[in-house]
Amino acid sequence: MFDSLKDKLQDVFSSLGKRGALRESDVDAALREVRLALLDADVALPVVKTFITNVREKAIGADVLKSVRPDQQVIKIVNDALTEVLGGDAVPLNIAVNPPAVILMAGLQGSGKTTTAGKLAMRLRSRDRKKVMLASLDVTRPAAREQLRILGEQAEVGVLPEADRESPAQIAKRALQAAKLQAYDVLILDTAGRVTIDEGLMAELREIKALTNPHEVLLVADAMTGQDAVTTATAFNEAVDITGIVLTRLDGDARGGAALSMREITGCPIKLVGVGEKQDALEEFDPARMAGRILDMGDVVALVEKAAENIEAEEAERLAKRMAKGQFDMNDFLSQLRQLQKMGGLGGIMGMLPGLGKMQKQIAAAGIDDSMIRRQEAIILSMTKKERVAVGVLNASRRKRIAAGSGTSVQEVNRVVKQYQEMAKMMKKLGGKSGAAMMKAMMGGGMPGGMGGLGGGMPGGMPGGTPGGMNSGGAPGGMPGGMPGGLPKGFPGGLPGGLPGLGGKPSGKKK
Amino acid sequence: MSWLKKLTSGLSKTSSRVTSSLSSLLGRSSIDAASLEDLEDALISADLGTTAAAAIAARVKSHKFDGDITAQALALALSDGLTERLESVAKQLEIDSAHQPHVVLLVGVNGSGKTTTAGKLAQQWRQEGKSVMLAAGDTFRAAAIDQLKVWGERTGTEVIAGEQGGDAAALAYQALERAKSQNTDVLIIDTAGRLQNRTELMDELAKVVRVIRKLDDSAPHDSVIVLDGTVGQNALAQVSAFQQVADVSGIIVTKLDGTAKGGVVIALADTFGLPVHAVGVGEGVDDLQPFEARDFANALAGVEQPEA
Repeated sequence: MFDSLKDKLQDVFSSLGKRGALRESDVDAALREVRLALLDADVALPVVKTFITNVREKAIGADVLKSVRPDQQVIKIVNDALTEVLGGDAVPLNIAVNPPAVILMAGLQGSGKTTTAGKLAMRLRSRDRKKVMLASLDVTRPAAREQLRILGEQAEVGVLPEADRESPAQIAKRALQAAKLQAYDVLILDTAGRVTIDEGLMAELREIKALTNPHEVLLVADAMTGQDAVTTATAFNEAVDITGIVLTRLDGDARGGAALSMREITGCPIKLVGVGEKQDALEEFDPARMAGRILDMGDVVALVEKAAENIEAEEAERLAKRMAKGQFDMNDFLSQLRQLQKMGGLGGIMGMLPGLGKMQKQIAAAGIDDSMIRRQEAIILSMTKKERVAVGVLNASRRKRIAAGSGTSVQEVNRVVKQYQEMAKMMKKLGGKSGAAMMKAMMGGGMPGGMGGLGGGMPGGMPGGTPGGMNSGGAPGGMPGGMPGGLPKGFPGGLPGGLPGLGGKPSGKKK
Repeated sequence: MSWLKKLTSGLSKTSSRVTSSLSSLLGRSSIDAASLEDLEDALISADLGTTAAAAIAARVKSHKFDGDITAQALALALSDGLTERLESVAKQLEIDSAHQPHVVLLVGVNGSGKTTTAGKLAQQWRQEGKSVMLAAGDTFRAAAIDQLKVWGERTGTEVIAGEQGGDAAALAYQALERAKSQNTDVLIIDTAGRLQNRTELMDELAKVVRVIRKLDDSAPHDSVIVLDGTVGQNALAQVSAFQQVADVSGIIVTKLDGTAKGGVVIALADTFGLPVHAVGVGEGVDDLQPFEARDFANALAGVEQPEA
């Protein structure tokens, strides 16, 4: 469904020029897709409309970063706006009051109030060292009070004993009295689930609120809620002025658009999220993560951000053109090494791409790390301009000088030269039409496009690669500078598109 | 209060909004592009999802209105479009007396209303004079067993229960054994709520199904997913996942006495074509009612109902 937002946006922008300011027509086309995406994520329609209007204002005329394509720029703007709407900093529970701090839980049936009350009690006791009492005002659902009692026992907190034939208001009064007398820090009141149009039950909730004067009124809502999120949030907010939202079942796979709806409608922060069945599965809300989830762009946004910061599109294109002609000198090699470093080094890039944990270990095992890249850089920097363009002139004495200048050894210099030569050889092979097409695929509209290619290139490129094989490594979209030299067996040949070749350990088998 | 009234009273706020948000369409003789979008939006607001909303809006657009479009005419056209899609899936749960017992398995995510639905189903079949047994297969949630026991008392139904934290599959097996030996007509197995992406919990459910098939390879005769009426598009993922694990054969939608429109039922009908057996419209023991395509469509579309 929505996983294709990226593709859709790419389609929208594919016919457009590469950079400049975002034009109105482009933005509208892109936002149509964003709108559908948000609706598919269950963000409520009125909220989507407001959101799109705001984003549109921000996006039109916004400069497209030098190295980023318009579709990526739009994703970034949308993502930032989403994060902002979802709330900046975490708002803690207001319990630093004259005890007992009263927390009232409200919500629809089955939203997870009782479970959340238990989790919250657990959290306040163990993390905040509070003396907590739970009281159930749910006289409607069979065994609801029993459920809260068991949860309270598990959380090792106080539970108000049940009494027969009491109204919720009476229980609330008794609970408050008990919490005061027994010097509890926090009193959590669990209430019965109710539909918002049940005036009687909503009046009861208002009465409980008036009686207990709670410091926090938390609306507990299911992350899977659909468009009704608006009605629910509005009704509860109007009835009892909620102070915060707890979003439950975030461990499910719902995209959780309700979070955005409720936040926007009530203006109340999302204070906590339920993320599992265990009693400690209650966490603070992370707006950036939630935005990513609603947009479902995974780490693409992070990748774009990094790319946007660091990669010079011109440089990438210049490289692409040269490679297309089969030209590749030490300067190009250096430039690739630097781009790699700017991306956060190997570790950084691997970390951003899903499913590469294993490979990271292999890389570490092979002794390929960022310090090696830095040494290679130093070696090239110790070369003269002439040497960098015409590697052939590097005789023994020049190599000694370079080794001394870079604080490395002649062997290491030799390795870099050899590595460079193999890459240059391949560049030549790739020269001409196919090479140009390949570079284009790799680089897209500049380096960040290559980043998109990174993701795409991995699955196809990796398994097909031959260990240590740079001639065969790099399936289409894969990478020219594979990993020459002997790498550990089973190390997939060919890093994702656009990465420079990395020095392997010397010996090793060669093709 | 009839279920239709309950459903309509819940939907009244929203259905009046459906029509009121469509004022751009009224008084015209046909629907243009801009008002078509309004129509789509109104349907999306009812949780139909973007795909089903677009399809139904297109269907209404092609409708030939006699003269200018009125609110009622529009609602009727809308209702027609919805009914068309729902008629084939409106199908009550039927107990096949050839099965002794007829096993009904209730599955779904947490908080969707499985235990309450189990109680209501028991009531319904007890009233029809059938012998019913309840199995408290939710051994995870605190007090879920007690909750079902209360329903057992209310409806005069035997409840087979074990310990909290016990093996749900073993309990289901025991219950089926017992129901067989007592020639019970219907065995309703309640299960713990589980999110469909939790593989280990879904495997547990698969085990329940596997184990009861050891006693009766045709069981469960109905595997019903219980969906919360307020759920959004995630319902599709839920049905799909539970279908794989527990061969879901039908749907019950709960909590339609609120403001939720349950429009996702249309998207579900389009996608899966599974029967929708009943809707839950309240907490009372009789508040589970057969799903009627036309009534549901009328309520959703906001067709003015003559006072019954």
